[in-house]
Amino acid sequence: MNNHSILRVVSKFMIPFILLFALYVQFHGDFGPGGGFQAGVIFAAAFILYGLIYGIENARKVLPATATRLLLAAGVLLYVGTGLFGIFMGGNFLDYNVLAATAVGGQHLGILLVEFGVGTTVAATMVTIFFVFAGQDF
Amino acid sequence: MQLPVEIPGLLNYWIVIVLMMVGFFVVISHGNLVKKIVGLNVFQVSVFVLYITMSKIDGGAAPILDDAIKNYSNPLPHVLILTAIVVGVATTALGLALIVRIRDAYGTIEDDEITNQERDDA
Amino acid sequence: MILFLMAIAAFGIIKLRNLFAVVMLSGIFSLLAASLYVHLTAVDVAFTEASVGAGISTLLMLATLAITGEYEKKHTTNNLFPLLIVVVTGAALIYGTLDMPLYGAANAPANLHLIPRFIEQSGTEIGIPNIVTSVLASYRGYDTLGETVVIFTAAIGVLVLLGRGRNRWRPGISADAPSKDEENEV
Repeated sequence: MNNHSILRVVSKFMIPFILLFALYVQFHGDFGPGGGFQAGVIFAAAFILYGLIYGIENARKVLPATATRLLLAAGVLLYVGTGLFGIFMGGNFLDYNVLAATAVGGQHLGILLVEFGVGTTVAATMVTIFFVFAGQDF
Repeated sequence: MQLPVEIPGLLNYWIVIVLMMVGFFVVISHGNLVKKIVGLNVFQVSVFVLYITMSKIDGGAAPILDDAIKNYSNPLPHVLILTAIVVGVATTALGLALIVRIRDAYGTIEDDEITNQERDDA
Repeated sequence: MILFLMAIAAFGIIKLRNLFAVVMLSGIFSLLAASLYVHLTAVDVAFTEASVGAGISTLLMLATLAITGEYEKKHTTNNLFPLLIVVVTGAALIYGTLDMPLYGAANAPANLHLIPRFIEQSGTEIGIPNIVTSVLASYRGYDTLGETVVIFTAAIGVLVLLGRGRNRWRPGISADAPSKDEENEV
């Protein structure tokens, strides 16, 4: 894909917007359609586009294998951690009411954290799966 | 039975069932493993459509709260299917990874050729 | 109407032997499903289906096709028996729908329990407008935790099957190869 200068320029132009849109979907999921699952996939799509146009080796320099693997685990741990933190604060597992001063505030915080965990795991999963598939050279 | 009256109300379900059966047919009748995965995907999407069809309420709006709206569609199937779609693609990826490994081991992704090779080895 | 288009795409998938076209058709199938979800007011689901079903899963299948080859071999097996099974199963399912509530019925049993409570209370209990998000992350938090772990497990599975250092166990590839392969991790 080295000779397609239009693709290279356009994708370089679009990738920041894809990432920004992913973050919008992630944090606006409380008010409109969206949430962690969709945001994770869109976030991963930006890296996949980069990998398609500039080659997997270059994409791996941006996002090394160790980083995706760490993020993969970090998302699940953030989710479980939010649940466990609820226990330490005196509630049940995944009970968000106790996370903040008011119940509604706690719910807001809990949902934000949990959705962020979901988004991280989904993005890391999709990136990992695609890079592993595309890295097959035979 | 007042069957003719029910037809418009049930037509959606019937087309969905036809779609499901198309997916099922592809899975059981084709030997190519990638095509089997595609068939499984068609089956899966039609099950999703069945659920979402059940969640629709006449005149109901999308389940995002607004003071002006009284009538919403059923949000629970939406939640279930939302997560199922993402899980579905993750499991599809796992199946495709298995296909790649099968091709490494046998040199083919056709069902009957794999069976023949197994028989020859035994 | 969209459902009929979906049916056409699905029958195309049966007939075509070029796997590239089949994968493209399945992408179109997903996209049609996404527009159907918008029509059925399931906007969150449509969003997910468009990005995941039509985007990522088509991409993954194309990546697989690049490795495994594009054409399906002509198969000689008898199609009658699968067809019989499919027709019988389909007839049984259609018989089952005769008892189902009609399309769009507000008094269907699935819409009567728990759902009015979600719709009325989630605004004050959770305080966010999107009911789907509040059910997903709060009321059914355990469920979503499970789904996340499933995705996590699938990624681990793909890594185990295709990740680096794999050639050591691969039959047909000599044992002295892995030292080279382990360096370029994927």
